[in-house]
Amino acid sequence: MSGPPLLSARGIAKRFGGVHALSEVSFSINRREIYGLIGPNGAGKTSLFNVLTGIYVADGGSFVFDDQPLDRLKPNEVAERGIARTFQNIRLFQNLSAIENVMIGRHVRTHAGVFGAIFRGSKTMAEEAAIQKRSYELLEYVGVSKRANDLAKHLAYGDQRRLEIARALATDPKLLALDEPAAGMNATETQGLKRLLEDIRRDGTTILLIEHDMKLVMNVCDRVLVLDYGKKIAEGSASEVQNDPKVIAAYLGGEVTLNLKGA
Amino acid sequence: MSSPGQSIPRKAWIGVGLIAIALAVLPFVAALAGQAWVRIINFAMIYIMLALGLNIVVGFAGLLDLGYIAFYAVGAYVYALLASPHFGIHMPFWIILPIGAAVACIFGVLLGTPTLKLRGDYLAIVTLGFGEIIRIFLNNLNAPVNVTNGPQGVNLIDPFRIGSFSFSKAETIAGVSFSGPQKYYYVLLLLTIAIIVINFRLQNSRLGRAWEAIREDEVAAKAMGINTRNVKLLAFAMGASFGGVAGGIFSATQQFVSPESFGLFESVIVLAMVVLGGMGNIPGVILGAILLTLLPEVLRSTMEPLQMMLFRRVIVDAETIRLLVFGIALVAIMLYRPAGLWPSAVRKRELEVPPGEAAS
Repeated sequence: MSGPPLLSARGIAKRFGGVHALSEVSFSINRREIYGLIGPNGAGKTSLFNVLTGIYVADGGSFVFDDQPLDRLKPNEVAERGIARTFQNIRLFQNLSAIENVMIGRHVRTHAGVFGAIFRGSKTMAEEAAIQKRSYELLEYVGVSKRANDLAKHLAYGDQRRLEIARALATDPKLLALDEPAAGMNATETQGLKRLLEDIRRDGTTILLIEHDMKLVMNVCDRVLVLDYGKKIAEGSASEVQNDPKVIAAYLGGEVTLNLKGA
Repeated sequence: MSSPGQSIPRKAWIGVGLIAIALAVLPFVAALAGQAWVRIINFAMIYIMLALGLNIVVGFAGLLDLGYIAFYAVGAYVYALLASPHFGIHMPFWIILPIGAAVACIFGVLLGTPTLKLRGDYLAIVTLGFGEIIRIFLNNLNAPVNVTNGPQGVNLIDPFRIGSFSFSKAETIAGVSFSGPQKYYYVLLLLTIAIIVINFRLQNSRLGRAWEAIREDEVAAKAMGINTRNVKLLAFAMGASFGGVAGGIFSATQQFVSPESFGLFESVIVLAMVVLGGMGNIPGVILGAILLTLLPEVLRSTMEPLQMMLFRRVIVDAETIRLLVFGIALVAIMLYRPAGLWPSAVRKRELEVPPGEAAS
């Protein structure tokens, strides 16, 4: 693929006290790629997400996103720049309806303020109508439009995951970062999710995917990054990574000497 | 669903018309029971404004504010100082009310800025302190420079006046005699309706959704690109300016303000109106404000005659029993209607166990 990568990370480090959650992690994601991020529990995947999306401040290293540095931005500024995320343990606005959840995602791309809200000029009304229309389209896109007016917390688990994706898509992201979207899904739901991810990529959005469901990762990801103990241990296509001895050791429990050698 | 498109709006208009007529004659009906009741109705409207302002902060944005009355005090004192012999300044009310709203708004931002990272209990403690600080300032700002006239308060405050038309004097207009409170009633009604409309519009706007998002999950709201700092400050600022307007009107109708009127108890009462009425639901908050203003007055005027009738003498004075019954009523409402008397549809659903989860 030609052109500079959409996101490149160089030497990302994050420490919590004496624990090195991430050390010297470098990678790059190309445009319109589905990029997988895997590793055993506690490998630092979610920490990497949180550093990328501005929830944590990195202790070292830097991100370049869409040819601009991404340093020291707050989460809302990261979202404005075009990175949207979902959460490992679903964080919807539970007591708002599904459609309202998605409408809130449109916040960052719309402008009406206090005076717009009070006086309801034609511009505000047009914007409001556009927000509703787009939000409903996104609900249809992910397949939860039938539950548009139900409270988010009353949706089925799989639908909640999809709604969270719709909410993230509402911010018009260039990069969609998904933290274990298939967790807790059954095989059919996971199949549906795979199709959704492929649709999203086809429609031009790059995806960064943390996932434990290896079948899904190997099926859908173009390239995969493997973390273990906060370090990058492998990167490459699904089949390359699958056969990497370090990866196998990390997942199946390698010899102690192997880990020490790596350190 | 097939809806006969024409008849529903017509019915709605008839309803609006009936309500309008009822509201128009209300002060005259109330006057049959005494002018005091017109004043009480006016107070109820001031409390509606206060409760709706607090509802933005507590109900929409989910930020527990126990010092809200401070903004009411700021509005009241701005009016008092700009329209009384205290400084010899006499500005017209339509200029002072916006100034009062703006000054209260600035105080709202002043309170909001240091508390941006606080939530729940911690925020409640800081806001409670803020409310007390404002009251203590008002109490002590009579030296070295006499700004607020200290505990004596400010007296002889100008009533609302347009040219020579004063809202405080009784007058006969077109054969109908209006008392002072009755005239104020109509001004208050207009302002209250304006504030209600503004509240509804804010709730159903991009900003209102952002407030609700922060209430529901601040981390997720941030990750969705909401600038939580600005949006929270806006909630404080909007809530405070409603409080400022209400304070200005309070000043003008009472023609006297002193720090005593702005104690913690007032903050608690306004919060109780919001919570009992139904947090986040505008009609509920209005209902809460009306009930909590009227209930103590009804108790005040019925408790002594009732005791006379039952025991032929007054055993407990009205003021004491009023607070007792009031307290019992609050506890009962919270026990039997935990979401408030008129909860928003959403909050009601939230508190009811959905059929699927009943077993767990």
